Amino acid sequence: MIDAKDLTRTFGNVTAVDRVTFHVEAGEVFGFLGPNGAGKTTTVRMLCCLISKTSGEARIADYVVGNEKDSLKIRKMIGLVPDNVGLYDELSAYENLDFYGKLYECSESQRRENIQRFLTMLGLWEKRDVAAGTFSKGMRQKLAIARALVHDPQVLFMDEPTANLDPESAKTVRDFILDLKKQKRTIFLNTHNLDEAQRICDKIGILNTKLMAIGTPEALEGAVSGRMTVVQLERATDSVLSALKELPLGNIAVAGNRLTIEVTNPEKENAAIVDAIVQAGGHIQSVVVEGSTLEDAYLKLVRASK
Amino acid sequence: MRLSKSWIIASKDFAIFRKKRNILYSILIVPLLVSVLFPAVVAFAGRNGGRGIPAAQLPVLLPAFAFFYLILAGFIPTSIASYSIVGEKVEKCLEPLLATPTTDGEILLGKGISAFLPPIVAILGGSAVFMVLMDLVTRGTLGYAFFPNWNAGIVLFLMVPLAAIMSVEWNVIISSRVSDVRVAMQLGALVVLPLGGIYVGGELNLIPLGDTSNLLIIGAILLVVDLLLLYVARATFRREEILTKWK
Repeated sequence: MIDAKDLTRTFGNVTAVDRVTFHVEAGEVFGFLGPNGAGKTTTVRMLCCLISKTSGEARIADYVVGNEKDSLKIRKMIGLVPDNVGLYDELSAYENLDFYGKLYECSESQRRENIQRFLTMLGLWEKRDVAAGTFSKGMRQKLAIARALVHDPQVLFMDEPTANLDPESAKTVRDFILDLKKQKRTIFLNTHNLDEAQRICDKIGILNTKLMAIGTPEALEGAVSGRMTVVQLERATDSVLSALKELPLGNIAVAGNRLTIEVTNPEKENAAIVDAIVQAGGHIQSVVVEGSTLEDAYLKLVRASK
Repeated sequence: MRLSKSWIIASKDFAIFRKKRNILYSILIVPLLVSVLFPAVVAFAGRNGGRGIPAAQLPVLLPAFAFFYLILAGFIPTSIASYSIVGEKVEKCLEPLLATPTTDGEILLGKGISAFLPPIVAILGGSAVFMVLMDLVTRGTLGYAFFPNWNAGIVLFLMVPLAAIMSVEWNVIISSRVSDVRVAMQLGALVVLPLGGIYVGGELNLIPLGDTSNLLIIGAILLVVDLLLLYVARATFRREEILTKWK
């Protein structure tokens, strides 16, 4: 659904986005993680045909980003939740959405139906006639999301949708994104929030001007060495240690009855470890995976890029 | 260019103006005040001075009064344009608007319509009141109704719209460099200075504003300025510029 190849944007001598390449499948939630100034917003703006690219290629569905004729078609099939919500404070929630529905060329009945559907889903239907300027930050964010959806776009771009929200509002927004995911919408999510990315995204790209890594959250975690499986045994016998040494594992450290085993893919290797210990007559008290998380992967990659 | 898209944007702005009373008042009050004030001054001069304004001076004075609407046409759109463009920029409303399937030209035209139409309606309405009242107070002296006349028609239906367009375009250009509505209004109001100069020249009879050819020359100059400013405004009001360079 979204393809970028060597996508680059410079501002004068500063390169904001440097030869970024990625692919987002239809119905996938793609998370863009990166520190401030990493080029996340610039990438979204390029993909939404708001600013031009300096070089490289990008496509959304069959349309070419940067092609003037395709720009209007791309903007019609996408929805954008910018980092600043930018609502018309004097207009009611309904009027805000109705205005955008008209600009997206939705029929009156379609507008009415979609506005009711999304305001209801986001818990704002009862407030539809209230001026947006009186809304709390969380309500404004929800209204901005409804605005981006009013024309039922195939692709939704969200730039830090939960930033600066209280935990409850952030959870509502996250749950709503998960609902959208169930509807098989393609979502491109810029976020700082690693936990959010891990919970919501099918695939994550770590950006710091350049794309440092891309993959599933699990693959990114695994990509950083240092994952450990810690097994607490009733007794660490020689037969148990011998059985484990026959497996293709990393270093095994023994401290009393506690084994710390270097693993690369704990989801697969842990089953073999448990199996080998049980076969060797060992009694397991606990198995814990320690070591790299998405946060470790993120920090390692971002620090390495500096 | 789809006019319907521009009209949707303008209609949204009209809805906001209806709710923001201070904008509504700034559009309506000045033209109405001027329309009542000038005839009142002429009537008052007639009563207290004994002789009033001489009949020979009225044909010089009255076109200059009518010309004052040109200054209003330069001034009044400033408050609306500065709100609808700088205001939206400050409130970060422009990015979601730019993300819709509308062209830069359609958005610019929509903003132009919303800043142009209300002042024009208010000025034309006010000028109608002005002409009726002025005829009432000068008919006795002149022996005929001075308004309406061709020159007033040229001022109101040619020059006033051109001056309002100039004001809107000037404000679009200013909007790219200013991030405060009040500063935008102050800088936007500079557009009235040349118009004010012409008005003073008319009052002093240095530029006879009762002369049709003078009005047509001023109208032609306004048209040329409008076209030049349109070129700059269009170059300024581009998505790329707005999102990356507007302060």
